[in-house]
Amino acid sequence: MNPYGLALTLTVFYLFSELHARKRAFYTNPVLLSIATITAIISLSGFPYDSYMESAVFLKFLLGPAVVSLAVPVYKGRGTIKAYAREIALGIAAGGTAAVLSAYYIARLLGGSEEVLLSMAPKSVTTAIAIGISEKIGGIPALTAVLVILTGLLGNAFAPELLNLFRVRDRIARGLATGVSSHGLGTARIILEDELAGAVSGLAMALNGVFTALILPYLIELLK
Amino acid sequence: MKPYRGLAIIFGFYAVGELVSETSNLPIPGSVLGMLFLLLALLTGAIRLEWVEGEAELLVRNMSVMFIPPGVGIVTYIGLMKSQVVPITAALILSFLITLLITAKTVEFLRRGGE
Repeated sequence: MNPYGLALTLTVFYLFSELHARKRAFYTNPVLLSIATITAIISLSGFPYDSYMESAVFLKFLLGPAVVSLAVPVYKGRGTIKAYAREIALGIAAGGTAAVLSAYYIARLLGGSEEVLLSMAPKSVTTAIAIGISEKIGGIPALTAVLVILTGLLGNAFAPELLNLFRVRDRIARGLATGVSSHGLGTARIILEDELAGAVSGLAMALNGVFTALILPYLIELLK
Repeated sequence: MKPYRGLAIIFGFYAVGELVSETSNLPIPGSVLGMLFLLLALLTGAIRLEWVEGEAELLVRNMSVMFIPPGVGIVTYIGLMKSQVVPITAALILSFLITLLITAKTVEFLRRGGE
């Protein structure tokens, strides 16, 4: 264990978080900018990839306890979940399944390789859970992480506009669609426009993560 | 000693989740099982919210920084991504649109039917 990878990750993330606080836009997303910057540093300078990972893996390990901790916001949102139980259950069942099938089949139709298909399948789920699913089903967790963040950025940049374009006015529908399609990054945007839609979106994100983790391995077996 | 109660519960449930995932050969991540067990414990009152609330929210709020190391792993797959840029980009954008619309229309349909 060396301190260099951790120090680099924390410094780069802190600087981009400061930038994001000043200029709030999807293209200043600090996670994506940090990944791009550190990737560039590793490819262009002599910083060896292995010693970066040996050190930074400490942060990755915390994803496990962080996922466990999602039980708390779900528990605190149980009133909202009860109030919209039918919409949430069926919305997630339909949307969560559509996310996996569409990603898998579109990539396959266009000639994606097996490991790319498996890495794509969990891409609508919150990053921490998606990485866990990808590891379990034989995808490339690193590719999944990047695809999940890019999907989230699409939702962060365009979800409210697309929902307006398709005349979706119902607040519960808007929240669920955002959380299921673009997890935390979509939630972060819609919560600025509508608090109820934002709360539903956050719950949809956590519950869709659980739903997808439970069904995806079996769904993939059927697709193969 | 308060933070240690919360952390012990969170890491304890994570450990149990991993153990169940590994020993039962389930394809479900241990962290997700741990989350379900903790949710169940909260709902049944076995664990009280105030025992874990602060520590859990600290971890959830600071999740983004934890995505960076797995994301940097992409450095070893840049060739793969370049060679499959069309299926990856198309599936990413189309699947996002399909998911957004199917979820929105399903819920809208239910809400109209319910009124």
